[in-house]
Amino acid sequence: MSTPVLIGYFESEAQVLDATRAVRDSGHVLQDVYTPYAVHGLDEAMGLKPSRLTWVCFGAGALGCTLALSLQLYTSVVSWPLNVGGKPFNSFPAFIPVSFELTVLFAALITVGSFLVRAKLFPGNRKQALPRVTDDRFAIALSPRQTPEALEEAEQLLRRHGAVALDLKEVSS
Amino acid sequence: MSQQHLSPLRVPLVSEARTLGQLTEEICAPMERPPTWKWWAAFAIAVSILGTGAGIVAYQVGTGIGVWGLNKTIGWAFDITNFVFWVGIGHAGTLISAILFLFRQKWRTSINRAAEAMTLFAVMCAALFPVIHMGRPWLAFWVLPYPNTRGSLWVNFRSPLLWDVFAISTYFTVSAVFWYVGLIPDLATVRDRVKSGVRKAVFKVLSLGWTGSNRTWSRYETVYMLLAGLATPLVLSVHTIVSMDFATSVIPGWHTTIFPPYFVAGAVFSGFAMVLTLMIITRVVLGYEHLITLRHLENMTKVIIVTGGIVSLAYATEFFIAWYSGNPYERFTFMNRAFGPYAWAYWIMVTCNVVSPHLFWFKKIRTSPAAIFVLSLVINVGMWFERFVIIVTSLHRDFLPSSWSMYTPTAVEVGTFIGTFGLFFTLFLLFVRVLPIISIGEVKSVLGFARPEHEQAPAHHPPARPAPVAEEAPVSLGTPPLAIATRKDVPV
Repeated sequence: MSTPVLIGYFESEAQVLDATRAVRDSGHVLQDVYTPYAVHGLDEAMGLKPSRLTWVCFGAGALGCTLALSLQLYTSVVSWPLNVGGKPFNSFPAFIPVSFELTVLFAALITVGSFLVRAKLFPGNRKQALPRVTDDRFAIALSPRQTPEALEEAEQLLRRHGAVALDLKEVSS
Repeated sequence: MSQQHLSPLRVPLVSEARTLGQLTEEICAPMERPPTWKWWAAFAIAVSILGTGAGIVAYQVGTGIGVWGLNKTIGWAFDITNFVFWVGIGHAGTLISAILFLFRQKWRTSINRAAEAMTLFAVMCAALFPVIHMGRPWLAFWVLPYPNTRGSLWVNFRSPLLWDVFAISTYFTVSAVFWYVGLIPDLATVRDRVKSGVRKAVFKVLSLGWTGSNRTWSRYETVYMLLAGLATPLVLSVHTIVSMDFATSVIPGWHTTIFPPYFVAGAVFSGFAMVLTLMIITRVVLGYEHLITLRHLENMTKVIIVTGGIVSLAYATEFFIAWYSGNPYERFTFMNRAFGPYAWAYWIMVTCNVVSPHLFWFKKIRTSPAAIFVLSLVINVGMWFERFVIIVTSLHRDFLPSSWSMYTPTAVEVGTFIGTFGLFFTLFLLFVRVLPIISIGEVKSVLGFARPEHEQAPAHHPPARPAPVAEEAPVSLGTPPLAIATRKDVPV
């Protein structure tokens, strides 16, 4: 089954912000908004919730720290304790720098990895950007309500907010 | 654009009115036209220096590090000086990309990409030195804690040199990831400009299927902020750990608690000088004077005044504490630095690092690219000498006068150092050719900054390029009326 998706193209940040709010109020289903740069306030306009990647980052950091401390304790205390300058085998303060570095390393790599997975970004991706949205255009993609006159209504709405071009696509769902 | 940016006190970040499309065009243009003869000339010089350096490194690896000017007393000198010098240079890139991001310093947008690239290349140059110093670089993997057939004999986690291994490799990895994440939207922009061919294929793979979806942008912004938050303490930790290579020893002149903040400030100081050197060349060669504006240069010179001040304070504090400690060895080391056989190096350091940054108090100097360029080179020389002074003067006359000695670098050491400049500039010149050196997405977001709607360049695209939307869209509502903006309309 395929659903029609109406795409409206805009030329300014202000227009796309207004149009996004209007689409959400109108009852049409807002699919996504495409922009050449991160537009301030668009998350609120679309009603997006804050990302949960911050929790991933925290967990990954905690994991990195735990692994780093375990590795240092195991190698320096359990596996082969070596007397280095008379220092205790479990010389905890000396283990802090490496633990810190590995905390940061794990947090950074796992956060970015999770982001790529969640946003479905990967090499060999077949997805194509809408024309000019990576350059100088903004686009709103919406699915009109399931009524006969809804498409006409949605077109009017986008035009009223300054759409310079409209496009209707069938997207298989 | 949004009204919150409108204030008579704010100055536009991009000094000439531009449309989004013009900006894309401008930033992508240098990568799309064939290189100029100037680029080829610079590249030829850089590659030949790199080649010479590689030959010299091959020679010393083949012969052994006995070809250096080290002796029993001075076991660390040129090599470690260069390592600390290059790591320090890298730090400005992270400071610009992460710390200024967290402080919402929007002027960073046109210089962060190039500064981050500089970080990566500088850290590569830095990492070469410890590896060469190992003498048998093919055994470099011994510094990693991996299960082995020698016991397992593990690495010594109490050694600052091992902390360095983790610090530098984490720093390089995180900087590279941060840089790449920042590049993804721009890679997609380039992908969509290129019609076909190898470049299209390469950018298609690298841009990972980025579509500009705001659901992705939203997560992207979160990730970018998290990375900035991680990179900030990381960059401070890296030079802290580098300074601990010295501070945890018992050598007079090294064994001080002031070292971590002192080294970090020095790193930022030298790094900003290097960013200025590179940016002043880049903006002139590529004609980006309206993107990398005088204001950017001025702001960076102000950072230099501050960090230069911190460095000067550190020099003074070291001297004072050496005297106040009452420790005769400490006192001697510092008197020897200033008035001993290496006094010339010490006074070069003081002139370059303590005196010269104060010229930036003058607005005339702060706004003259030529003057800034010269001073940035002076500061880099000064910061190299700082490391040389700390390392060599502390070692050459320590506790036992019978083992006092002098150090002179050999041609091999000097050649290796110059060779890393070849590596650095070769990489930087390639970067300028193949990637957008200014963050297109970020500069677009500040294009309307402090510029009321009617003074912005018209949203209408200049007819230089066909509009693909008009062909594909079934309904075209034509172009909107033009709001004419001329250069005169722009507040100066």
